[in-house]
Formats: sequence, structure tokens, C-alpha cells
Amino acid sequence: MTWSEMQPLLEQACWDTLYMVGWSALIAVAAGLPLGLLLVLTDRGGLLQNVVVNKVIGQVVNIGRSMPFIILMVALMGFTRSVVGTTIGRDAAIVPLAISAIPFFARLVETAVREVDHGLVEAVQSMGGNTWTVVRKVLVPESLPSLISSATTTVVALIGYSAITGTVGAGGLGDLAVRYGYQRFETELMWITVGILAVVISIIQFAGDYAARRLHRRGGQAGAAPRLKLLRSGTPKAAADGATAEGATTGGATAPAAAESGPEPVKVP
Amino acid sequence: MITTSGLTKVYRSRGREVTALDGVDLHVREGEVYGVIGQSGAGKSSLIRCVNLLERPSSGTVTVAGQDLTALAGRGPRAGKELRAARSRIGMVFQHFNLLSSRTVQDNVELPLEILGLSGKERSRKALDLLDLVGLADKAKAYPAQLSGGQKQRVGIARALAGEPKVLLSDEATSALDPETTRSILQLLRDLNRQLGLTVLLITHEMDVVKTVCDSAALMERGRIVESGTVSELLATPGSQLAAALFPLSGAASGDHRTVVDVTFHGEAATQPVISQLSRTYNIDISILGAAMDTVAGKQVGRMRIELPGRFEENVVPIGFLREQGLQVDVAEHDDAAGHDGEDVPAPRDSALALAKEGAK
Repeated sequence: MTWSEMQPLLEQACWDTLYMVGWSALIAVAAGLPLGLLLVLTDRGGLLQNVVVNKVIGQVVNIGRSMPFIILMVALMGFTRSVVGTTIGRDAAIVPLAISAIPFFARLVETAVREVDHGLVEAVQSMGGNTWTVVRKVLVPESLPSLISSATTTVVALIGYSAITGTVGAGGLGDLAVRYGYQRFETELMWITVGILAVVISIIQFAGDYAARRLHRRGGQAGAAPRLKLLRSGTPKAAADGATAEGATTGGATAPAAAESGPEPVKVP
Repeated sequence: MITTSGLTKVYRSRGREVTALDGVDLHVREGEVYGVIGQSGAGKSSLIRCVNLLERPSSGTVTVAGQDLTALAGRGPRAGKELRAARSRIGMVFQHFNLLSSRTVQDNVELPLEILGLSGKERSRKALDLLDLVGLADKAKAYPAQLSGGQKQRVGIARALAGEPKVLLSDEATSALDPETTRSILQLLRDLNRQLGLTVLLITHEMDVVKTVCDSAALMERGRIVESGTVSELLATPGSQLAAALFPLSGAASGDHRTVVDVTFHGEAATQPVISQLSRTYNIDISILGAAMDTVAGKQVGRMRIELPGRFEENVVPIGFLREQGLQVDVAEHDDAAGHDGEDVPAPRDSALALAKEGAK
């Protein structure tokens, strides 16, 4: 197979992948974010504590997560037809992709939102904020760096799943690698496809990490701090300095305690 | 301004019940700084959270500025509109500041104003005014992570004042700060109290905080208020645990046949040379075992533990002399009661002394 033969195939496959992954990621974020927030809010001790709702959502998410994608895709065919009118092609693939990514992203959102300090929630409540205010002003903005990382992970996972959508004729890079590269022994094309996938995933991961780090640094300069700490502990001299400084502080702390005990009686003539 | 009556809070978890508040009656007058002091687990945090109903009391009522908040709360766990409106008129500062790390200092101060629904222009004007008031006008564009602990707490205070509250609740606001910063934050609270007529209810485990800013104080133990009153009242109360903790005195009798006396000076008497007068008048040698002098609520106050030779019966006259001078005199123990092996601190003072020591840490 010559390059001129491969090029249009690769181009089409790239667009198909981006189209499917783009839409399904968008839907997954739009639906998974509220779902993940609900998982936190309805939990015991949450702002909208509701054990029944929490259990139900939790179970639905677990079932969604435990389904192998290819089975989910087949199981959802009826639903897919009712939504997009067909069960084959790019558009049809978006439905199962999105539905498998929603619970995946929801769990990641749950973990990210749980990390937000409860004190901040309390602070907004003490200002007279309601639950919606807490979600909008605290939970989402404060966990945004983690949420972006979660979205990145979801997109990368979706690119992996999208290879399987070839079975319903949706095209895409993964499908190209399987049909031409594997089944027709076009090894060259297969490796090119794999290379393109690797590059695409690297770019997405890099962009996601960059955005998350920028937000994080703005908020806490925490991106820079751990690295500095690592550098410092790396040099043995600095580490030794740190140890002596620590010794001095503990020594200083014990001194007033000793002075505190046993005041001597003073004679007044 | 703040009144709680019969406030009870019981936490239930896995069949176990923990009573955090056990019938607390608290009365904070308008315009005063009221300190609630107690050890960890005494129920202070539950108390202050019940005042703006961040925690729902199990029973009892909370009235702030004439409004019965417990009646506004409704039955469900979520805060209704009226309760939220009432909360927005009560400022609160926290031990760990609770600033949003994703917002600048100015945006943090604007947050309560956003909740109140002010326009963007008004918000930023007001936020800058408040930052100026707490002395952080130049940090408006900084992020909380770039500030020191004291500066963060100033932002917290500015934020708490944004809703123009009449009441400020302070939940261990200085407990995460070093002594010097603590003093400056307390000074700021004092100034705000005077300038804005703000009523401040603060909880703390540090006696110094009470000493520095409080007009009134209450001591909490195991969910109950054990003692309360204005600081000068407390000092004038014989055997007051709070007074003893404010001025911890230690020192044991140096031998048999001695009388240990605790003398409290306040008001006029603080300026009189009573000890040397006593010594000259009765020709007795007096040992000072321990003494503390300080300014409490703007007044010079002191306590001194002295030792007189002879049994209590022999010292009735000199003690009477001290009382005549307008001093408050507590005889720490009678000569014939208990042993002399250094255990001359009366039992009820133990917890208060432990408290004072915890505060010193």
C-alpha cells in the first residue's frame, strides 16, 4: 500500500475518531458532572443527604462501569436506534461511547469534589448561600484542576473505546488499524495508525495537564512548591541544615516549659 | 444581642449518643466582646455553630438580634430562605480561614456580596473598602496562597464584615496563628468592636485571648457553661475558676504552720502598697509564692499568692486587714486541712489550671 493510498484513509479515520470522541466526551462531561456532584451531595452528611437516591445512583454507576464496552454497545442498540435513527456509523457510535463514559467521569468527579475542604462549604453557608451557591461558587471552582484532569483521563479512555466502534462501522483510527493493518496484513499502516494515536493521546494529555497545572498554580502555587521541596531534600547539606533547625525549634519549645515550673518563693523584708 | 436558652445538641452515630451541648444558656449583650473558653471537646465549636444554625440544635432556642433563628429553621435539614437571610447578617471567621483558593483576595471578599446579589461595581467598591479597613488594600489581586496566616485571617474578617453584620462569630480565629499575629488580629477585632459597634462572640482555648479582648467570658466544661459574667465580676467572685485561670498562681507552702492566702487586686487597691503596709503594721514576714499582674478589659488587675507565718487562726487579724483595704482574699487552705506535700492547689482549680497550661502551649 502506497502513501497516496493510505493518506485519504488516515485522514478520514482521524476525523471520524475526533468526531466520535469529541461529541461523546462533551456529553459525558455534561451528564457526568451533575451525576458526580449528586453522588457527593446526597451522601451521608452531604448537603442534600438522601440515602436512597445515593444508593440508586451509586448502583447505576457501578453497573455502567462494570459492563464491557462491546457488550454495552450491543445492548444499547435499541436505544441508539431510537435516538439517532440508526445503529451503524459514526453518529450511532457516539451513543454507547457517551453512555459508557458518563459513569466513568461521574466517579472521577465524585473523587475530585470530595477533596474540597468542608470548611469552605461551611463558610458559604454562613454567608447565607444555598446548596446551588455552594456547588457553583465552591465545589466546582475549587475542584476545577482535578476536574480537568478527570476529563483528560475520560477523553483518553474514550479514544481507546472508539477502536471497538469499528464493529458497528463507525470508522476511526482504531478501526483502521484493525481492518487494514491486522486483518489485511498492512503492517505499515497499522504502525502508522498506532503512531498517530500515540501522538493524539500525548497532545490531549499534555494539554489537560497544562491547563490543570496552570489553574492549580494560580490558586495555590502548589505546582511549584513540591518541586522546590524535592530539590531541597535532594542536597544532603540542605537536609542536614533542616534537621538542625528542627532540633533548635524543639529545644526552644522545651525551654519555656522548664522556666514555667516551680517559681521560687521571694522574701519580702 | 445573642441569647441561647436551654440549647442542647446530641450527636447520634451508629447507635451511640454524644451530648455536645447540655442546656446552654448564654446571653451576649449588644456591643460587647464575649469569650467562651474551654478545652477541646467541651462543646465550644458546637455552640458557635448552633448560633447561626450551621448545626441544628437538638432542642432549645437561639435568638440573634431579636430574631428567633430556631423558629426560622423549619424541619428539614436544608436552610430556608429566611434562615439564609438571617445568616447573611451574622459574620463568621474560622480557625483555618476557609478562603477559596481559586479566587483572589478581592473576589473572596466579594463572595458574600455576590450571594446578596449586589452589582459588580458595588461589590468591588465595597470589597476594596473592607480590605482597606483590615489593612490589606494592596493585596486585593493576590491569591490566598500568597498571604501569611495573619493576612489570611484579615481577609476572613473583611469577608465576614461584607454583609454589614451586627454580630461576628469567631471560631478559634487566632488558634492557628503565632502569638504576635494573634495580638494584631485581636487588636483588629477590638477596633472593629469599638468602631462599628460590632457584637463579637468568640470561642477559644487560649486564656490570653480572653484576657486581651473580652468584656465578658464563660467557661465551658462537658457541654455546660460552668461560669459566666463580665471579666471584672468574675475576678471579684471568690473561688472563680476563670479568674484563677486568667491569673494562674502556683507555689506550695514552705512548711508546717503557714497560711497561704490568694489576694486579688483590682480597681483602687491595685495601686496601694498593701503588702509592705501589712508587713510593717503587724511586724510579720511575708513570702510571695506567686504573682501575676495584667491589664484585663482595660483595667489593671493582679493576683498574688502569699504565705504568712503561723496557722490560719493566728492570721485572722492580718487577713482582716487585707480585706479592709478592699482586696479580695481567698485562704487557699486551712493549716489543718489536707497535707503539706506540695498539693496545696484546691481540687476545683485543677481543670482551670490545666486550661491555662494548654493555653500557654
